[in-house]
Amino acid sequence: MNITVNGENRSLESEASLAQLLQILGLGDKRIAVEVNRDIVPRSEYGSFKLSENDTIEIVNAIGGG
Amino acid sequence: MATPAQSVPLDTDQPLEIAGKRYQSRLLVGTGKYKDNEETRLAIEASGAEIITVAIRRTNIGQNPDEPNLLDVIPMDKYTLLPNTAGCYTVDDAVRTCRLARELLDGHKLVKLEVLGDEKTLFPDVTATIEAAQILVKDGFDVMVYTNDDPLIARRLEDIGCAAVMPLAAPIGSGLGIRNPYNILTIVENASVPILVDAGVGTASDAAIAMELGCDGILMNTAIAAAKNPVLMASAMKKATEAGREAYLAGRMPKKRFASASSPLDGLFF
Repeated sequence: MNITVNGENRSLESEASLAQLLQILGLGDKRIAVEVNRDIVPRSEYGSFKLSENDTIEIVNAIGGG
Repeated sequence: MATPAQSVPLDTDQPLEIAGKRYQSRLLVGTGKYKDNEETRLAIEASGAEIITVAIRRTNIGQNPDEPNLLDVIPMDKYTLLPNTAGCYTVDDAVRTCRLARELLDGHKLVKLEVLGDEKTLFPDVTATIEAAQILVKDGFDVMVYTNDDPLIARRLEDIGCAAVMPLAAPIGSGLGIRNPYNILTIVENASVPILVDAGVGTASDAAIAMELGCDGILMNTAIAAAKNPVLMASAMKKATEAGREAYLAGRMPKKRFASASSPLDGLFF
């Protein structure tokens, strides 16, 4: 399954939930916010949210800014 | 021995209130441009700020999952985080950024809205700012809005329901100081929401001037982060903000063109 994560193309070997993707990326325990195809996915739904072919995922966090 | 004159303690002042929450500090600081998180932490501590701005950006994927997290040095239970929409040039991008910030920070509603119009000046796109403010206020956000020093636009943003209006003193990161004090004064006089100078402050005297004009607070980043010694400058800004506030409350003497002797003329012996 091909998806785009933060502008990079990624392939997943099998179907995955959003929670599984975040685990693979090492972000399972990080404070982040996630959009899939421009819709925000609440943190409570990461486990039940199934990713689909060609999904575009944005993962953001807080960094220094003024 | 003479006793030192009693200074008016700052605790006689009303605290700054934004969106129903009270703050003792009238200095708000950003977290950009610091050397590292430790310098950020020390500067914030020295500034005494309680409201701290952050930016929302893509998480680094795969490169360094254990990179230090900014939120570790500005814990959410100690500080009020103010996510900004820096870098947004459209209404959509700004609204989207605020909604992501709300999700990121567990439903947090306070945001700093800026919709930029031009890369060279980073001046706000006022029409886009107004449109974004309307959407965000309707969506339940408490909007602190960055704008130019136009009193009519400031009023309009207040009427929309923004929680605070934040006119620039000078372009973002320029350090040029308060370029149009009379407009800032007019904005302050017209307002019934907090007015904070946001952007353009360069050094402590600029902060004092903003507060002497009656601003309710100041938001700054580069003036502290780009100083040779950011932690010392943060301390200077804290004092200048307090000094300016006290001077505003005290009410300055009228300006006069010619001298007025401080010592009495009566009792001269020559």
